[in-house]
Amino acid sequence: MTDVAKAGETRRRNDIRDRWLLSAPALTLIAIAGTGPLLIVLIYSFLAPGSYGDVKWEFSPNGWFNVFLSRDIFDNTVSLADAHYTIFWRTLRLALATTVLCLLLGFPLAYFIASRPPGSRSIWLFLITIPFWTNMLIRTFAIAEVIRNEGIINSLLMRLGLLVAPVQMLFTDFATLVGMTYVHLPLMVLPLYASLEKLDFRLVEAGYDLYASRFGVLLRIIVPLTRPGIIAGSILVFVPALSSYVIPLVLGGGKNLMIGNLIELQFGQGRNWPLGAALSVTLVLVVMIAVIFYMRNAGEPGGRAHG
Amino acid sequence: MMAAAYESGAISLEGVMKRFGDFQAVDNVTLDIKLNEFFTLLGPSGCGKTTLLRMIAGFEMPSGGRILLDGKEISDLLPNQRPVNTVFQNYALFPHMSVAGNIGFGLKMLGRPKGEIRAAVAEMLRLVQLEGRGDSAVTQLSGGQQQRVALARALAPRPKVLLLDEPLSALDLKLRKSMQIELKRLQAETGITFVFVTHDQEEALSMSDRIAVMSHGKVRQVGSPADIYHRPADRFVADFIGETNFIEADAVSIAGGVARVRLPSGVEIPATFPAGVTPSGKVTVVIRPEHAQMVAQAGDGALRGIVGDIIYLGTDTHFHVRLDDGSPFIVRRQNATNGPSEFSPGESVGIRISDNVAQIVMNQP
Repeated sequence: MTDVAKAGETRRRNDIRDRWLLSAPALTLIAIAGTGPLLIVLIYSFLAPGSYGDVKWEFSPNGWFNVFLSRDIFDNTVSLADAHYTIFWRTLRLALATTVLCLLLGFPLAYFIASRPPGSRSIWLFLITIPFWTNMLIRTFAIAEVIRNEGIINSLLMRLGLLVAPVQMLFTDFATLVGMTYVHLPLMVLPLYASLEKLDFRLVEAGYDLYASRFGVLLRIIVPLTRPGIIAGSILVFVPALSSYVIPLVLGGGKNLMIGNLIELQFGQGRNWPLGAALSVTLVLVVMIAVIFYMRNAGEPGGRAHG
Repeated sequence: MMAAAYESGAISLEGVMKRFGDFQAVDNVTLDIKLNEFFTLLGPSGCGKTTLLRMIAGFEMPSGGRILLDGKEISDLLPNQRPVNTVFQNYALFPHMSVAGNIGFGLKMLGRPKGEIRAAVAEMLRLVQLEGRGDSAVTQLSGGQQQRVALARALAPRPKVLLLDEPLSALDLKLRKSMQIELKRLQAETGITFVFVTHDQEEALSMSDRIAVMSHGKVRQVGSPADIYHRPADRFVADFIGETNFIEADAVSIAGGVARVRLPSGVEIPATFPAGVTPSGKVTVVIRPEHAQMVAQAGDGALRGIVGDIIYLGTDTHFHVRLDDGSPFIVRRQNATNGPSEFSPGESVGIRISDNVAQIVMNQP
């Protein structure tokens, strides 16, 4: 090897070492805060439950078994864990409905803000962030106050004579949906706004010029070009909606559980930490699959817009 | 040759106004743009030419007046209801669509069958010399190619009028020149009425059948390129189109439609003047730099001065002369032979003016 080649080799090796050193803080943080806890949860899901919570350090597949199947305590027959599937299905349905509702409500709102004069946009964005100032628990109770049987909506409608008896809204899936949409809407609006703000309005004019209707321009020009924002917003809403805990507890009345509540039950009253851990890992997997699926299907054509 | 004939349309503007708040962007413009015409709206930025174009396209609604297409009022129609298409300044191509997707967009929105769209896209690609590029992403094309796609996209739905909003301004000089020729060819081949907006007077002169010169929202003059150049209606037009020498002179007499003016040097020369005015007293006379020659004997010319800067431009040389009264005067001389100029800075020279080139212009109100 010539001296020049040797010097190049040394430089290359130093360069690689420096890169590792420089990224060490970030990697440490990811290990401690991200991967580590997940690993612990994963390990717990393969252990046996302790008598008063906690885990016994012996291998047991029962945690995972109980996620999908249930064994009858009297005759030991194995059947599908119907209650779990109902909860999974409700969780998925509510999270999807929340995402769609947030998108339908958030898109016009983000478009409105993005089409204001630049000076007043920041005021509108500021208004959007105001709900974040209040604790989510308080906001959730506030919604309960509005929709309960003696709440503002029911009493107003009854006083107007439009209703004879109050409509049951609180402690239903509907209540959970309203609450989740309300809480997650800003998470949809902000990335949508970021995309819409970058939209070249001349493309909209070009669309109208080429005989597109208002709906045609929206569907064929505005939506495809703001796809990155739609994806980001949808993920930001869908993921926390999937693991909601407080909202279904307060507004669903604890009867209409979502996965989050189920997991809490296992770590609390259920005293079955391995099952809770297995459910948690299941939730992570569901989120991962959903996000990958979503990016695959919605991501590709929009990518070109930033070329 | 074209697969089908294009239909062309005529535009009439009647007292068109546009106000943005306190700003009068377009002020009472009345114009007739004829069938098959290459018509140019020319003026400095902020003169209202683009606003006028946007009103024809339907992106802006006039604050007053009427816009007619083939005699039918279109002022109240939305852009997607007007058989008029626009080539935008920065092309505004849809980045998420292929070249073919862009070109076929208008026809698709008109609900034409797929086969017809495919045939039209192929024809357009041939027309703008981009055969085989239909599947390319528009973001991968060069500026000149994007320009062609923008043209093809606007022509594909066969509009009656094509509006072009400074379409060449983003191209470099060489490409601009070749696109100018390309545009002229497309216009001749399709016969569609072109309304072209530019601030580049050279572009306007070389391409247009007729030009409307605009400033401050008003049309100053409408005419053929030669009309505008040789018989500018007022000082603004004379100044904006080409290089010009302005000389303050006295109108002495008028006979047979021609005035005699006395130059500061005391020499009297004939000068034409715009219709509808009667020059008298102090007037401004326009003499183009190429209409004057330098002579070595100071007494032989109509004007006298001292040579200042000499600017060599390859085909021409510009002599900046300071006249006896202190005002500047430019003489352009074609470099018919090689070799150094026979004049040098600081030299005292005479300036001879060609016959029948001087023109009196009115100062704008």
